[in-house]
Amino acid sequence: MASAATQAEPRVVLSARGLGRDFAGFTAVNNVDLDVEHARIHALIGPNGAGKTTVFNLLTKFLQPTRGRITLLGQDITATAPDKVARLGLVRSFQISAVFPHLTVRENVKVALQRPAGLATQFWLPLSSLDRLNARADDLIEQLGLAPYRDHRAADLSYGRKRVLEIATTLALDPEVLLLDEPMAGMGQEDVRMVAEIIRDVARSRAVLMVEHNLNVVADICDHVTVLQRGEIIARGDYATVSADPRVRTAYMGSEA
Amino acid sequence: MAGRSDPIPTETVAAHPQAGRIQLALVVLALVALLIVPHVLYPIFLMKLLCFALFASAFNLLLGYTGLLSFGHAAFFGGAAYFTAHAVKEWGWPPEAGVALGVAGAALLGLVMGAIAIRRQGIYFAMITLALAQMFFFFCLQARFTHGEDGIQSVPRGHLFGVIDLSQTMNMYYFVLAVFLIGLLVIWRFVNSPFGMILKSIRENEQRAISLGYSVARYKLGAFVMSAALAGLAGGVKALVFQFATLTDVAWQMSGEVILMTLLGGIGTLFGPIVGAGLVVSLQNYLATSDFPVTIITGVVFMICVLLFRRGLVGEFFATKIGRKLGFRAQS
Repeated sequence: MASAATQAEPRVVLSARGLGRDFAGFTAVNNVDLDVEHARIHALIGPNGAGKTTVFNLLTKFLQPTRGRITLLGQDITATAPDKVARLGLVRSFQISAVFPHLTVRENVKVALQRPAGLATQFWLPLSSLDRLNARADDLIEQLGLAPYRDHRAADLSYGRKRVLEIATTLALDPEVLLLDEPMAGMGQEDVRMVAEIIRDVARSRAVLMVEHNLNVVADICDHVTVLQRGEIIARGDYATVSADPRVRTAYMGSEA
Repeated sequence: MAGRSDPIPTETVAAHPQAGRIQLALVVLALVALLIVPHVLYPIFLMKLLCFALFASAFNLLLGYTGLLSFGHAAFFGGAAYFTAHAVKEWGWPPEAGVALGVAGAALLGLVMGAIAIRRQGIYFAMITLALAQMFFFFCLQARFTHGEDGIQSVPRGHLFGVIDLSQTMNMYYFVLAVFLIGLLVIWRFVNSPFGMILKSIRENEQRAISLGYSVARYKLGAFVMSAALAGLAGGVKALVFQFATLTDVAWQMSGEVILMTLLGGIGTLFGPIVGAGLVVSLQNYLATSDFPVTIITGVVFMICVLLFRRGLVGEFFATKIGRKLGFRAQS
């Protein structure tokens, strides 16, 4: 909704066909087709245990799919290592906030900047050689409203700010596709609004796929919604279409509804 | 980290504004002490101590700063001792070239062992390194150039750069001291470098580091090879100090001893392994002339350390109010 009007022809940047994963006889994800488009926000929703995070792990190759193909920017990444996937432009966040707890906010962001800047393998240079990343790091920190906490250790931040820091770190890589696993879980109303605004903003120039339980946010900022239940897609479309689907209502309300 | 004040208000003791200078003064004091001490204490003992301190520091680079517990570091220490001893004695190489060969050999061994073990974690990593080190031990037992149970005996110390006669004990001491200090500088730089920063982030959150595009196995392997090379530096120099290389230095007990030294002193601190090595070597030296059984005493000391000083001696000191006032911090 947010950016759809301003964009021309949608361009698929990440797609999955027939994606599936079995765990010792149990099928966690089955036959998932997914197309994530540039400059769109795509939500993946579904009840607990529907396999949303598993889909994330498959797309980012933290898990190897049992079936199906994944294509990123026209390149088949079905058999690619997770760090390589990240270097190709598909970067994820984690459900449990993933920061480097004993590094400061600025250092957290700089760790992400080091590799693209070619400053990750020099074991003979002093730490001050990383100073030239400060400006870019501070930009991102400022942009996401973390400036007052720049020199705080990540471990000392509130839960909401840790999530924001994680987004800042992810954005430092300037990825083509951003996968956010429940970016607003456990956040206060105030933080939710801020993060939603940030996500809407970053999605102007890249694709975002997010798992989210807060349906107000999904209704508000997401262009496409895919609903997952027991590892399979039961509905897709914009929020209005999906929320009117009786199967989706049943899945969310339970069988008694 | 040394010399950096910490702006976090929560329970942190702010470092003294002069902390950096005090640290510097302490380092200078230690350096002066190291220069004078061979005139007071038995130099051979001191050289042994410095070699083990460097060995433990190299090991700590892996355990403390990379989070990998290797149970096979004797292979690098003892292997380098053999390489250096052989090159100097049989090929007539000068001591600096012999030591360089030891370092290169240890690094190569580290590359091979590391490449095999690095994708495993925790106890599996430790067991694979142990197994590989044991294979190397049996190689050393059987290979002709190591002379089996006899070891390589009466290795000449030679002339450093063709000029300095290392058979003079004091010359040898200052050579060992210089090597020790260079080794420590390399470790310090390695830890406080762009590479060290990535290592730290991997230790803090490996999954996140992967998702940022880092091939963590390669970084770990880099640290493993560096640790092996520095352990080799210590081993090669030790072979020159004692003028022999034997199976003792490649045996698994040596791998255990270096773990003991590092834990005793405090992992993740630059000075912990040095203190730990000093303590263990002194204890062994002292107990060797007494009726006490060495292994039992060191075992008891180890148990006390694990039960009461989890962070090791230096680690515990860093955690005290005084330590934090001085701006010391262990890598956690």
